[in-house]
Amino acid sequence: MPTVLRAGLRRARIELRQQILSPLAILGLLGPVFMLVVLIWARDSQVMESALSLGQFLVPAYLAFGVISGGVLGVSSEITTERDDGTLLRAKTVPHAMTGHLIAKFFASLVTTLIPLAVIVVGASFLVDGVTPTTAWGWVRLLLLSVLTIAAMLPLGAVLGAIFKGPIAMLWTTLIIYGLCAVSGLFYPVTALPGWLQWVVQVFPVYWLGLGFRSVILPADAVALEIGESWRTWETFGVLGVWVVLGLVLAPVALRRMSRRQSGSALASARERVLTRGY
Amino acid sequence: MPESVPAIRTHNLQMQYAATRVLDDVTLTIDRGEVVALLGPNGAGKTTTIEILEGFRVPSGGEVSVLGETPHTAGESWRARVGVVLQSWRDHGKWRVEEFLDYLGLYYTDYATPEVARPWPTADLLERVGLAGKTQRRLDRLSGGERRRLDVAVGLLGRPEVLFLDEPTAGFDPQARRDFHELIRSLSDLDTTILLTTHDLAEAELLADRILVLAGGSIVADGTPDELRHRMSATASVRFRRDGELHTESTDDPVGYLRGLFARPGEIADLEVRRASLEEAYLTLVHQVETGADTGPATLGIPPGPEPDPAPDRVPATREET
Repeated sequence: MPTVLRAGLRRARIELRQQILSPLAILGLLGPVFMLVVLIWARDSQVMESALSLGQFLVPAYLAFGVISGGVLGVSSEITTERDDGTLLRAKTVPHAMTGHLIAKFFASLVTTLIPLAVIVVGASFLVDGVTPTTAWGWVRLLLLSVLTIAAMLPLGAVLGAIFKGPIAMLWTTLIIYGLCAVSGLFYPVTALPGWLQWVVQVFPVYWLGLGFRSVILPADAVALEIGESWRTWETFGVLGVWVVLGLVLAPVALRRMSRRQSGSALASARERVLTRGY
Repeated sequence: MPESVPAIRTHNLQMQYAATRVLDDVTLTIDRGEVVALLGPNGAGKTTTIEILEGFRVPSGGEVSVLGETPHTAGESWRARVGVVLQSWRDHGKWRVEEFLDYLGLYYTDYATPEVARPWPTADLLERVGLAGKTQRRLDRLSGGERRRLDVAVGLLGRPEVLFLDEPTAGFDPQARRDFHELIRSLSDLDTTILLTTHDLAEAELLADRILVLAGGSIVADGTPDELRHRMSATASVRFRRDGELHTESTDDPVGYLRGLFARPGEIADLEVRRASLEEAYLTLVHQVETGADTGPATLGIPPGPEPDPAPDRVPATREET
């Protein structure tokens, strides 16, 4: 195994152990638990005139939302933090350590994003009927879709983290992404939205993540609530694929640009900012 | 790499940000194995210079070469030969000392040669920097001085040919400062070229074989501490009372001055002739450069002080430059 891959995996293992054993790990599960509690209320109401319960409809939405929070927001805020606390500068002073760092980030984020998804799937299976795949192939598709969508979102998270200068910019990004989640048909059928907004949300990956998870989890007749009454599997792959390419092209550029600006004095001014302003 | 290539060489190095010219003409050569201090007041461009040499900044003009390569375009194998001692703050706070060095050391395994084992084994390295008892300590539980020792250990991990330290003792209390000085002095057997920056003349004198004074964006003095003392303290101050009135004069030729003094009429009392300390000469030199006055060492004057004060702790203890 090449040294840089070995080092990256070792780093991923160490960071995962730290995160999982940290008392804060409990906080990370608050979101999924809150979502599951909402399911208890939602499981008896119907979605529009379909046979689908709101509880059923929410589960794929939770999964898509989990992928976005972990893959995009989680990674971008980590990168911003690591830039300001000197972690990335440290990586820059050691040969190939920046590459090893990104390898570690990829694997560690994959695992930390999958954990809440697993909590949601397992928890929901006890609370609501018809929210888990019924065949082995269905489970494989769910796992593959989770891994692929997280992998697709990680480079975008890295780009956002590299572009934004500080916590205020990150806060705005978070709000905008949450807003996007709200209008992308995750929490109610996209066909209930005005026609023009349906077109707009299809540009962004959030809608397609939701569609992908619905197609894997919901019963076949739920397709009636979708645009064109189709799961549009190929389009989903196509659009997410475009975002993957975009992320993979932009991420190295953005990370290199950010990394170029790392130096002792850049770090000193970040420290100065934190000590005077408190963030 | 032929041994004849100097460890560090710059020629007419320039750095300009927008309208501000930070480095004007930095020309220097540092040979292999030398321990050199880049001394200058805050804002003189020390950090900019060292960051160019580390490859973290691209100069606006001039030539720069470290171990025969241009730092900002050099590849990872060059990086493996260069150690950078960061002033770390809170990165890797949850990591333990030993696992942190073991992890970073992995990256150097590909650069081991039959002559030089790389990385430096963690246990030996921790012993060397005085952290042998702290292998399982979390980084965020280390004291400031211990943390800087760990920074040195990281800098040495790949057994570098050149080691850079930027203001390594900024923010230290006197005891931590003395301990750190001992650590740096103990590295002289390593055959590593060391360049450190400081605004503290006493520190530069203590640690370095050679001092480069950087002021106003260029090197204004270069020599061993003894040479600089000799060159920069050529002037002397003469204090005396004539007919009860106090006079203070500075002169390059105290003997000639005294001859003239005694030749003139009047009663001379309380005569005192004092050679400028290196510190006074340094401060004057820096002051002259900063105010645009003539920088020739021969014109160095002496600020009249009430008492000769050889204690070197008079450099203003202002914090690091931007």
